[in-house]
Amino acid sequence: MDIFLLADEHLGLFNYWIVIVLMMSGFYVVIAQHNLLKKVVGLNIFQVSVFLFYISMGKVDGGSAPIFKDGVEVLSNPLPHVLILTAIVVGVAATALALALVVRIKHAFGTVEEDEIQAIEHDEEDIA
Amino acid sequence: MIDVPASDPWLILLVVVPLLAAPLCVLLRGPAGAWSVATAVSWGVLGIAVKLLGDVLERGTLRYRIGGWDAPWGIEYLLDPVGAFVVVIVAAIGAVVLPYAKSSVEKEVRSDRIYLFYAMVLLCLSGLLGIAVTGDAFNLFVFLEVSSLSSYVLISLGRDRRALTAAFRYLIMGTLGATFYIIGVGLMYQMTGTLNIQDLTTIIPAVADTRTVLAALAFLTVGISLKLALFPLHLWLPNAYTFAPSAVTVFLSATATKVSAYVLLRIFFTVFGQVDLFAHFPLQPVLMAMALAAMFLASLTAIWQQNVKRMLAYSSVAQIGYTVLGISLATEAGLSGAIIHLFNHALMKGAAFMAIGAVVYATGAVTLDRLAGMGKRMPFTMAAFVVAGLGLIGMPLTAGFISKWQLITAALESGYWPLAVLILLSSLLAVIYVWRVVEAAYLRPVPANEAWAATDRVPVGMQVPMWVLAGASVYFGTDASFTLELAHTAARALMGGY
Amino acid sequence: MMVEKTLLRVIAKLLIPLILLYALYVQFHGDFGPGGGFQAGVIFAVAFILYALIFGVDIARKAIPAWASRTLLASGVLLFGGTGLWAMALGGEFLNHSVLSDTALHGQHLGIFLVELGVGMTVTGAMITIFYTFAGHVAETLPFRGSDGG
Repeated sequence: MDIFLLADEHLGLFNYWIVIVLMMSGFYVVIAQHNLLKKVVGLNIFQVSVFLFYISMGKVDGGSAPIFKDGVEVLSNPLPHVLILTAIVVGVAATALALALVVRIKHAFGTVEEDEIQAIEHDEEDIA
Repeated sequence: MIDVPASDPWLILLVVVPLLAAPLCVLLRGPAGAWSVATAVSWGVLGIAVKLLGDVLERGTLRYRIGGWDAPWGIEYLLDPVGAFVVVIVAAIGAVVLPYAKSSVEKEVRSDRIYLFYAMVLLCLSGLLGIAVTGDAFNLFVFLEVSSLSSYVLISLGRDRRALTAAFRYLIMGTLGATFYIIGVGLMYQMTGTLNIQDLTTIIPAVADTRTVLAALAFLTVGISLKLALFPLHLWLPNAYTFAPSAVTVFLSATATKVSAYVLLRIFFTVFGQVDLFAHFPLQPVLMAMALAAMFLASLTAIWQQNVKRMLAYSSVAQIGYTVLGISLATEAGLSGAIIHLFNHALMKGAAFMAIGAVVYATGAVTLDRLAGMGKRMPFTMAAFVVAGLGLIGMPLTAGFISKWQLITAALESGYWPLAVLILLSSLLAVIYVWRVVEAAYLRPVPANEAWAATDRVPVGMQVPMWVLAGASVYFGTDASFTLELAHTAARALMGGY
Repeated sequence: MMVEKTLLRVIAKLLIPLILLYALYVQFHGDFGPGGGFQAGVIFAVAFILYALIFGVDIARKAIPAWASRTLLASGVLLFGGTGLWAMALGGEFLNHSVLSDTALHGQHLGIFLVELGVGMTVTGAMITIFYTFAGHVAETLPFRGSDGG
C-alpha cells in the first residue's frame, strides 16, 4: 500500500499515466507490427487501457464498494464498472472474431505476416 | 413535476424484432427458413420505420424508457426527424436487399453457412437501427459494435480469399474507431457525469472550454471518422466492398457509412449543440479539407480501377466527402444537403452495386475488360447501372442532382463560391469513371470467347430490387419535394436540438 | 490417440461436477450477491472446456454437439428478449420487470432471474462455440496431434 500512496503523492494521477502508456503501446503495436496475431494482441492492450481508464474514473476518494451498509456514506460510482463489463464482452467478441479470421487467413495464404500476404495479394488478378 | 413523456413501444420493437429474429434464424438452420424470416422481418421493420417517420413529423420527438427507468438513469430511446430519416433509409435498404440476397447468396456463400449469413444481416440491421434510435452515448457504442462485428463476419464470407484480409483490416480499424469513441464518451462522462445525450447537451456548455472535453471531441471525431471512412481514414473500405458478397456490399455501402455520418451529426449538433463548436475549435477547415481531398483524390483513384466493384467503392469514399462537406458548412442548408445526400446516395450506390452484383451472378465478370459488350449481353442490368451512374455524376432528373444542387446552394449561401466550383469539377471526375464502364459495356464488341447466351439470366428476385432502387433514384430526382422537405425539417431539428 | 494420464483424468472427474455446481451457485445467487449470468456462463463453459482438454475434443463433441451449443446460445438471447417482450405484453415497458408479477418486488425478482438465465445460457453457448471453432482448426492443422504425451 505504501508504494501506491507514495506514487499517488508524487505522481498524482498515476493510474492515468498507466492508462496512457498502455494505450500508446497498444496503438503502436497495432500500427507497427506486421504479424496479424501481434496486431490482435496490440488491439487488446489498447482496449484494456480503456477499461482501466473507466475503472479509475469510477473511484471516489475514500469511497467504499457500492453496496449499501450502515455507516458507509461515500460510495464509489458503480456505473463505469458496469459499462466496462459490457466493453469487455464486446472486446472478447472482437478478439475471438479476429483470431478466427487469422486462422482462416493462415489456411488461405499460408502465412500471418502482413507484408507476405500483401505480396501474394498484389500478384492476384481481379477475378470474381 | 414535469409531465412524463409518452412512451412509444414501436421505438423498441424496431430494434428488438430484428435482434430476436437473428437467434431464430440460428434455430431454424435451413437456408430457406432463415431467408423467409429475415425477409419478413426486414419488411416489418420497414413498416415500423415508415410509421415512426409519420409519427415524428406529426407529433415531434418520440421517446421510450427501457425497463421503465426514467432518463438520465435509465437508457432512453428517442427519435427526432434526423433519426427517423436515417431509420427509414436503413430499413428501406434492408427490405430491398434481402429479396436480392436470396439468389446471390446461394451462389456466393457455402450452403451450410447461409442461415448464419441471414442471422448476421439481421444483427447488423438491428445494430444500425439501434444507433439511430438510442439516446444514450454508451448504448450507441454497443449498437455500433453489434453492427460492426456482424459486418466483419459478413465481409469475410466473400468467395475470394482476400475477403478474409479485408475483413481483418476492417476489424482492426473499426475496433480502433469504436475504442476511440468510448474514450471520448468516457472523457465526457468524467466531466459531466451523464451518458444521456440530451443531458450532455445541457451540461457540456458549462465545461466546453476544458481540455478534457476538447480531447473528448477529438477522440469522438477521429473514432467516428474511422467508421465513416472519411478520407484519409478510408483505407479499410475499398477492399471490404470489393471482396464482400454482392448483397453485403449493397447493404453496407447503402447503410453503414450513412449511420456513421448520422453519429457525426449527433455529436457535432446535438451533444455539442449548445456550444458554438465551429467558432471555438478549428474544426471547419479540417473537415472541409478532408471532404475536398476525399472528393478529388478518391474520385481520381476510382478512375484508375479495373475492378468495377472497387471503382464504386472509391466512389463511395468520394461521396462521403460530399456529405462531410455539407456537415462542415454547419448551416441549415448545408446540413440538409448532407442529410438528403445520405438518402440519395444510398439509392444510387445501392442500385449500382446491385447491377454489378447481377453481372457477377450471371457471368462472373467484374473487371472492365470482361464487361466488354455487356450492354448487349445484359441490356436490362446495364441500363440500371447507367441510371445509377448518372445519379453518381449528378445529372439533372436523378437523385444525385438534387443533393449536389442543395450542396452548391448551401456553399453559395455561406459565401464559399470556390466550393461550388469544386463540387462541379469533382463531378466531372465522376463522369470519367462512369463513362469508362459505359464505354466498355456499350462501345466495345463482345469478345469472341464469351457466350452471348448469358443474356440477362438474372432471377426476378434480383432484377426487381435493382430496378426499385434505380427507379427510386429517378423518382426522387424528378420530384424531390418530399425528401427535400424532410431533409430541411431534419436539419432544423438538428440545429434546434432534440 | 488418447493418451492415458490417470492423474489428470481422476482429478478432472472430481473437479468438473464441482465447477458445474459452483457455476449454478453463481448463476442463481447472482440476483442477491456478486455473480450473475456472465460469470456463471463462463464458469460453466470452463468445466466443459476442461473436459474437452483432458478427454479429447471428439468425445466432448459427443457430449455437447456444435449444434447444441449454438442452440443454447440462440435460446438464451430469445429468453432475454422474450422476458422483455413479455413485460410489454403485460402493459409495461420493454424489460420493465415490475409488471411480471403481483408485486413489483416479486416481478423484478422473476424478471432478473429470467434475464440472467438467458445471459448465462448465451455465454455458455458462445464460449463453447468459440472453443469448438478453434479446437476444430487445431485438429485440422496439427499433423502431430496426439503424439505430445509421453
